[in-house]
Amino acid sequence: MSTAIAEVPVESRMHYLNASYGIKSWLFTTDHKRIALLYLGSITLMFFIGGAAAVMMRLHLIEPAGALVQPETYNKLFTMHGVIMVFFFLVPSIPATLGNFLVPMMIGARDLAFPRLNLLSWYVYITGGAITLYALISGGVDTGWTFYAPLSTHYVTTHVIATSLGVFINGFSSILTGLNFIVTIHKMRAPGMTWKRMPLFLWSMYATSVIFVLATPVIAIAMVLIGAERLLHVGIFDPAIGGDPVLFQHLFWFYSHPVVYIMILPGMGVVSELVTCFAKKKPFGYIFIAYSSLAIAMISFFVWGHHMFVSSQSVYAGFIFSALSFAVAIPSAIKVFNWTATLYKGSISYQAPMLYALGFIGLFTMGGLTGLFLASLATDVHLHDTYFVIAHFHYIMVGGAVMAYLGGIHFWWPKITGRLYHDGWARLAALVIFVGFNLTFFPQYMLGYLGMPRRYAVYPAEFQVLNVLSSAGASILGMGYLIPFVYLLWSIRYGPVAGSNPWGAKGLEWETPSPPPTDNFEETPRITEEPYGYAEPEHAHV
Amino acid sequence: MSESAAGSSLAGTSGRSVSPALHHQFEDIEQQREAGNFGMWVFLATEMLFFSGVFTGYIIYRSLYYSGFAAGSHVLEVDLGAAMTAVLLASSFTMAMAVHAARQGNRAMLLGFLSSTIILGIAFLGMKFTEYFHKWHEQLVPGLNFHPAVDALRGAPEHTVELFMCFYFFMTGLHALHMIIGIGLLGVMAILAWRGKISAEHYNRVEVSGLYWHFVDIIWIYLFPLLYLIGGRYK
Amino acid sequence: MNTQDPSVGTYVFVFAVLLLLAALTTGIAYINLGPFNTVVALAIAAVKMCLVGLFFMHLWYSRGLARIVVLAGFFWLALMVSFTLADVFSRSWIKPPGP
Repeated sequence: MSTAIAEVPVESRMHYLNASYGIKSWLFTTDHKRIALLYLGSITLMFFIGGAAAVMMRLHLIEPAGALVQPETYNKLFTMHGVIMVFFFLVPSIPATLGNFLVPMMIGARDLAFPRLNLLSWYVYITGGAITLYALISGGVDTGWTFYAPLSTHYVTTHVIATSLGVFINGFSSILTGLNFIVTIHKMRAPGMTWKRMPLFLWSMYATSVIFVLATPVIAIAMVLIGAERLLHVGIFDPAIGGDPVLFQHLFWFYSHPVVYIMILPGMGVVSELVTCFAKKKPFGYIFIAYSSLAIAMISFFVWGHHMFVSSQSVYAGFIFSALSFAVAIPSAIKVFNWTATLYKGSISYQAPMLYALGFIGLFTMGGLTGLFLASLATDVHLHDTYFVIAHFHYIMVGGAVMAYLGGIHFWWPKITGRLYHDGWARLAALVIFVGFNLTFFPQYMLGYLGMPRRYAVYPAEFQVLNVLSSAGASILGMGYLIPFVYLLWSIRYGPVAGSNPWGAKGLEWETPSPPPTDNFEETPRITEEPYGYAEPEHAHV
Repeated sequence: MSESAAGSSLAGTSGRSVSPALHHQFEDIEQQREAGNFGMWVFLATEMLFFSGVFTGYIIYRSLYYSGFAAGSHVLEVDLGAAMTAVLLASSFTMAMAVHAARQGNRAMLLGFLSSTIILGIAFLGMKFTEYFHKWHEQLVPGLNFHPAVDALRGAPEHTVELFMCFYFFMTGLHALHMIIGIGLLGVMAILAWRGKISAEHYNRVEVSGLYWHFVDIIWIYLFPLLYLIGGRYK
Repeated sequence: MNTQDPSVGTYVFVFAVLLLLAALTTGIAYINLGPFNTVVALAIAAVKMCLVGLFFMHLWYSRGLARIVVLAGFFWLALMVSFTLADVFSRSWIKPPGP
């Protein structure tokens, strides 16, 4: 498995983990790699909190009349699940952990452009998270993660202001991260690293960062306006003074549609790296994959109205948003075709990261195709606010983004920790997750098609079988997520020492020891070749 | 895939002295300055998008409720507004001069112009809060104290005037908040300059503070006609 | 990267023009131009913005990257405004079916 000769044992070599000790060396670090680990710990915590809410929801839904909680509590559960999973898990997941760790390494730099801003962005994330968790503990919010006016501004009695404040503050964490990546990628590439020699992960990080900086301020102002209207009991969304609640929806979705691409683009970047490494082949259509990331980022801003087809938005605006929503599927499809073509006649091996990548390609494609039913005005009228929508976005977010995140964590784990995990357990976990995931969410497509509405604490008895199947799947999925927790942590102490390049992958990050030294490289690299320099397969002509 | 540059060290090629102001992640001070400027421009783009939400709402409601917006606009004090505009433009001038002084390495001039900018900024905020106080006195604060006099409405429906006043307070309030942050930032710059930490070689922090300050000025350049001059002042 | 920054004279001149334009905006408000009051006021504001941006913020002397960022900001602002306005003003063109 290891292609590099093991260097000086980990314990006696200086690297970023042992360069300094003590809690202050972590809490005041400006090393992008340590900050990535700070984020890893905090977003894992948030994942389990958001997951706990989901477990309770699925337990509740095994009976048509509700099995666990009062309807008011159920409303709070799905709200907190959405808020925490979207803002505090998925949005930062790959960018703040793998992105922070890898962006400087992949471009051959010693750190990001603004290391202190990087640390600040983690503290801002923690502050936003703490405020939101305070809201959770002191009674929760029940408006849905979408905070629609006038429900959130005038009618509910729950902690809207605290939650919207937490989300607002957290937005700055995203903005600072995105800003850092953009400046780093533009200004700090190593000599010889042209844009077209960058790994595809960097292209997707760049595209994600563009969305971060342009979209996040809009949710910020939307949250400010919601909070202000709630405090003053009057505001610009208030129909009593001529305001339009749909204006809130425009501002909200102007951010929240691009945010779903923030959540998937990094995963696509990871998959590009995984597929090329485990097929031992350079990517088919590198430039198409690279440009499609930019195209997705751009077009994602033109389609937000497809969340508002039945909101009293004008039918003509609906036509335009619907047509543009079909357009945004094209660059995503280009990527899927290119990954598939990369696999063709590749020398494929099925270690855990590859299993996650393959799972991603299949599940993301299914989720993406079902998005077309929702993009189409006529069908969306029937599917809006049903479980079909929930199944669609969970296929993309969980079947896509979370699987890519896990695949990336597994792939770069040896680089980050200097240790190898047990691949047998990892493959088992990947399979359990895949099975559990499909059992959880495929029935939800059927539920939605049959008409079960989302965000309902009770449902007609005829839907019970599918709900029970979904809940059973959720328990399997939950166990699947716990398994990596065990063997990954175990590997830190007891796993075999990894060399600098255990996978035989191409990329600057694999040419430095595992774990890397604090300044990443002994000397600034000079790039003279194209990326993904895998040997040509014998019989390939793609 | 890559070869290490022979003989190069982390802190720059041999023979070139390393500036103490150079942060370790950069190759040279010019790269550091470019990164700083570019970073601030990206941040200003985020600020543009932040204000976009309220500008969008403003455009929509002004089109729908023009008479109410015009009436609300007439309630605002143009002379104060014009004075505030002049003060901010002057502060942009002194800020540009401060950056110029920093680039020259002229500490006295830098401190003088930074202080002038801060004083002008505080003067602006003083006028702004005076205005707010007047509005409170005239009972034109939505949500908290809104009981307009009949002739203030100029025939427009009361709720549309209240909507305008919401925009007035939100937009100028957001702007004032950015001014306060800007003044704080310049205060930090002044302290750094006082301690001799700003040099002709390493003045980028003043430069990016200037970019921020000018941006906040540009927001006001639009707020003045959009809020104070709706429908003209000839009647 | 700008190796050449404006001279003090340029700054003073631009400042004088800005003050003049501010006075002009205020003065024109007292003249009845009908709908053109708004057009003129916004046009003058745009000129002032360009002057501050190009000379005080050194965009005139900058490389393309800063300019692209500024243009991107405007483009996205225009996108938000135009699509949202398109919705609000086309709502009345077709009524939803119903009694």
